[in-house]
Amino acid sequence: MAEALLSVRGLSRRFAAVDALNEVNFSVDAGEVHALIGPNGAGKTTFIHHVSGFLKPDSGSIHFAGQDVTALSMHQRVAAGMARSYQITNVFRGLSVLDNVALAVQGRSDAGSSFRFWKPVAAEQRLFEEAQQFIQQVGLEKQVSTFAGNLAHGDQRALELAMALATQPKMLLLDEPMAGAGPEESARMVELIEHLARHVTILLVEHDMAAVFRLADRVSVLVNGQLIFTGTPDEVRADPEVRRAYLGDGS
Amino acid sequence: MTQLFLEQALNGLQFGLMLFLLAAGLTLVFGIMDCINLAHGSLYMVGAYLVAAAAQASGSFWIGLALGVGAAALLGLVLELTLFRQLYKRDHLSQVLATFALILIANEAVRMIWGAQPVMLNPPEALSGPVEIGGFFYPAYRLVIIAFGIAVAGLLYLLVAKSRVGMWVRAGASNREMTEALGINVQALFTVVFVFGAALCALAGGLLGPLLAVQVGMGESVLILAFVVIIIGGIGSIRGALVGSLIVGTVDTLGRALLPTLLRAILPADAAANLGPALASILIYLLMAGILFFKPQGLFPARA
Amino acid sequence: MAFYRPAPYQKPVVVALLLAMVFLPNLLTAFGQEFYIGLVTRMLIFALAASSLNLVLGFGGMFSLGHAAFFGTGAYVAAICMSSGISDALFVLPLAMTVAGLFALLVGAISLRTRGVYFIMITLAFGQMAYYLFVSARAWGGDDGLPLVGRMTFGGMSLSSDTAFFYAALACLALSILFLGRLAGARFGRVIQAIRENETRMEALGYPVFRYRLSCFVLGGALAGLAGALLANLTGLASPHLLQWTQSGTLLVMVIIGGVGYLYGGLVGALVLLMLEEVLAGFTLHWHIGLGLLLLGIVLFAPKGVAALFGKQHG
Repeated sequence: MAEALLSVRGLSRRFAAVDALNEVNFSVDAGEVHALIGPNGAGKTTFIHHVSGFLKPDSGSIHFAGQDVTALSMHQRVAAGMARSYQITNVFRGLSVLDNVALAVQGRSDAGSSFRFWKPVAAEQRLFEEAQQFIQQVGLEKQVSTFAGNLAHGDQRALELAMALATQPKMLLLDEPMAGAGPEESARMVELIEHLARHVTILLVEHDMAAVFRLADRVSVLVNGQLIFTGTPDEVRADPEVRRAYLGDGS
Repeated sequence: MTQLFLEQALNGLQFGLMLFLLAAGLTLVFGIMDCINLAHGSLYMVGAYLVAAAAQASGSFWIGLALGVGAAALLGLVLELTLFRQLYKRDHLSQVLATFALILIANEAVRMIWGAQPVMLNPPEALSGPVEIGGFFYPAYRLVIIAFGIAVAGLLYLLVAKSRVGMWVRAGASNREMTEALGINVQALFTVVFVFGAALCALAGGLLGPLLAVQVGMGESVLILAFVVIIIGGIGSIRGALVGSLIVGTVDTLGRALLPTLLRAILPADAAANLGPALASILIYLLMAGILFFKPQGLFPARA
Repeated sequence: MAFYRPAPYQKPVVVALLLAMVFLPNLLTAFGQEFYIGLVTRMLIFALAASSLNLVLGFGGMFSLGHAAFFGTGAYVAAICMSSGISDALFVLPLAMTVAGLFALLVGAISLRTRGVYFIMITLAFGQMAYYLFVSARAWGGDDGLPLVGRMTFGGMSLSSDTAFFYAALACLALSILFLGRLAGARFGRVIQAIRENETRMEALGYPVFRYRLSCFVLGGALAGLAGALLANLTGLASPHLLQWTQSGTLLVMVIIGGVGYLYGGLVGALVLLMLEEVLAGFTLHWHIGLGLLLLGIVLFAPKGVAALFGKQHG
């Protein structure tokens, strides 16, 4: 447990008499791709909201990078090295690709204060030079000056990833990156995540089983707010309980 | 001192109940339609003028009240069908601008029709004197207002808590999309709620007319109080509106009556004379700030 | 809404207009219309007040209906300074901005915890609280307000002539707009506009959203305080009616008419509304009806929001 990058212990949350999360213990080791799967309504989104700090648990604790982050707000967790992408594409449509990523770079504490009122952002070369690197990592360098609102769906998802990367996270929290993507886009996304996984730890929440089994080092299964299994993709495929609860009707 | 306190407590109750009549309609409009309506106070003002005019024409306060409330409801219906129906879908900026425009129009129209001077509205003859209760005298008319307020509040509670329409209203306040998905005619529901709110406004305006001056601008000051009530009680909650109204009514009335005296006991006379009225006038806002600090959604949030 | 970008023709037009303004008093005097100098000064001051609201509303996306409270606070600070014998603008104006800004800090710290309709109502209620406070403050003239015995001086220079004061107001407005324009394109402006567009995303990028919003709110309050201090000096009175919520409504109308989130929105709106007032009031005593109908028309026939009427820049 000690070397885990993210360690969630006894996390519980109730909504109006319904156990959304019940005593969840979960950990992500540095360097791995850990996928979280589960049927609709299992509590995956609620779990992600707790990890990212959007919601606060009733009980339990969350440790990240050796620090208790249970009480920290979302932006403080980002500063501690946890970045996320959204299920619904969440980019600034009125800004160019470059400006979007530069805004993400600007938010980092080592990029200096943003309480600057006089010097135009456009003159801050460093922000844009750094932004370029992240744009290259996701393969959007041909569209740096396109407005994000005019990008194709798959490119918007890639931009979203670039913005998350620009916060220089220790861990990337990817919330259904394949959602709404066609087969071609999915393939591109899988490739991209595979590439990113060499540099950064990833917690992946995903419905697309092919993608999960290809990308993940470990898979955890959440059913009805409870974590019923954690293991390698092969172990998950073989586990009878998982098959019954989750894969049974689907595959 | 006890007598003063009792009398002021009754005044506070009476004021609180009248505030409830205003806040009840407003909180539903905010809650169900997510529409901000600054002109609610104008309905109150126009209602009071209509009651006064009808009372003068008919020679009877009660006939005037009934006619005035009816006319205000009709006005509410026309406004809902022509203007508000289009506003619900708009952003808050448009809603504020449009209803602010309505205030300008209403104030100026009233000034054109009835003049800039306050209009007199006399209470019914039989109720103009005081009655004795428990050893002190209290104006009979104010007691009737209290009775009216309690009756309407009770009726409203039954309507919202028990009736089918009330159930839809509550459902609409907590989740509009779901209510629509269940096949309830939300548009008709909006109309009913809005017209009902307008009628309650006029009722409050008519009842308060004999106690306060019926004049241009009376709507704005009371509108802000209704806002404070809704903020304290929680948007969309009838129960919150009732509790908030009673809190605001009593705290404001008692504060104004008692605070200067209390301050004189602990502060030098001229400091108390300066501070007393100032503090009393902002007491409910301080209360609101305090409640918000601990419960940003108000005491009884309607939305989960 | 789009992120603010100055139109390419903007700068030369503004510089030309500013130069024209510099010669306006001479022109008016030459034609014997000195009366209008005061009116134009009033327009400049309201342009500043409306611009300060536009910072909060248009750039910060915070729908405040209590902005007049900061405006009025500035007016009272100026009046109180004057009655205590302090008259140097170099002291009075920064003080007015500081006090109004601190008040905004207080109001913002509480109301920015809420959103939507709630925020509108709460800022309105706090504004009204300040209004009642000044109405019942007998030491400061209560309902009648606090008169100013004279006008500020500027480092020993008198501003008592209307022309001198016109230049003071023009300078304050020009400097403020210059500052706002720089701000909109600087890091801070980027951040607050992005928060307006999508606050959760900004939080997820590591920005402490509340702190930025509050700072923007306070800046807007301070600039409104500056405008209020100037207005009190122009009219010679700090009246509680400057804090009334209808005044907030008027500022809001100015911003909406001029263009929410446009650098010159507040200025254009203030000029249009005050000129309209001047013209309509010449026709009829009941000009508010005309204004009301006009506003209703704007809302009903600009279904995409009012700013769209004035041509939306993309980008």
